[in-house]
Amino acid sequence: MSEEVTTVKGSSWRLVEVGRVILVNKGEYAGKLATIVEIIDHKRVLIDGPISGVPRQAFPLARATLTPIVIPKLTRGARSGTTAKKWTEAGIDEKWAKSAWAQKIKSREIRWGLTDFERFQVVILKKQRRYAVKKALAKAKKSA
Amino acid sequence: MISGSTYNYVPNSGLDDQHQVHDQSGFSLQFPMQWVDSIAWDSAMLAVGRLQEYEVIGRHLPTETDPAPKLYRLQIFAPNSVVAKSRYWYFMKQLRKVKKSTGEIVSVKVISEKRPTKVKNFGIWIRYDSRSGTHNMYKEYRDLSRTSAVESLYQDMAARHRARFRSIHILKVVELEKSEDVKRQYIKQLLTPGLKFPLPHRVIKSKQLFSPNRPSTFY
Repeated sequence: MSEEVTTVKGSSWRLVEVGRVILVNKGEYAGKLATIVEIIDHKRVLIDGPISGVPRQAFPLARATLTPIVIPKLTRGARSGTTAKKWTEAGIDEKWAKSAWAQKIKSREIRWGLTDFERFQVVILKKQRRYAVKKALAKAKKSA
Repeated sequence: MISGSTYNYVPNSGLDDQHQVHDQSGFSLQFPMQWVDSIAWDSAMLAVGRLQEYEVIGRHLPTETDPAPKLYRLQIFAPNSVVAKSRYWYFMKQLRKVKKSTGEIVSVKVISEKRPTKVKNFGIWIRYDSRSGTHNMYKEYRDLSRTSAVESLYQDMAARHRARFRSIHILKVVELEKSEDVKRQYIKQLLTPGLKFPLPHRVIKSKQLFSPNRPSTFY
């Protein structure tokens, strides 16, 4: 029995830990990234975002979302300078920009900022794409 | 915007002849520039509701028998300097034979936190009057400053024991520099090296009134 390898996998939680990059949801710095520098208690952490422009502060976890990105080997209570260095070394900004999450936020923001005419252009482009897809599908069906 | 003699709060209006003061809560107080000189500006006015630590020094009034009375210094946590002075006399009456009518306050000073971005553990000794008697207590808090630790103490005492500000005496607030000095398990558990934990169940609140999908609580 013991030789059987279990296929059950534990959930891969995002952990609250030193070096975890968070997205600020509420307040003055909403929408910016920061990293956990020290855990104050189960509800609050000390965060710092020297590159993204979030000052070092105590921050409630209820107002932040944990991202899957972690800065490796960030020491507990690392100062702003060290944090900035590790942040750039780990390429956090690039990793974030590449993530589907960040791209979704970006495209959502672009959509919100569109003018009436630009929204019209989107309609036309979508129509053209739909037409092309349908055409290709009909062709494939016919030949099959 | 600001009309004549009434005192108005106008958040986020940019007038050139106005003086702007930002407090920690993010609100901005605005008033005409000519008022600034007339108000004896106290930094405590900026942080109403939040506690600050005051150093209050006072003494008995000089008398013929004692022309140079001793100065007494108390460190007091209070929301403003008025409350701080009042608490000073409250404690002094209990400790020495001095009262407000026979004494004077020499100085009131705000003590600010030396390192407000360092996480510290604080031990706080208090004495509080419950409904049935007086108790001494020792509690620990993990916070960035002495004042915020004391603030959470008052919240904690209100929550667990229904104790009010008036029934709590703060005897001593000490920063616990060594982790061996931490006595309480609820703080000890946060000092584990390499501490990490998940936030297993979260309801992510949507700003929309209606949602097409059930919320996912996996986080």
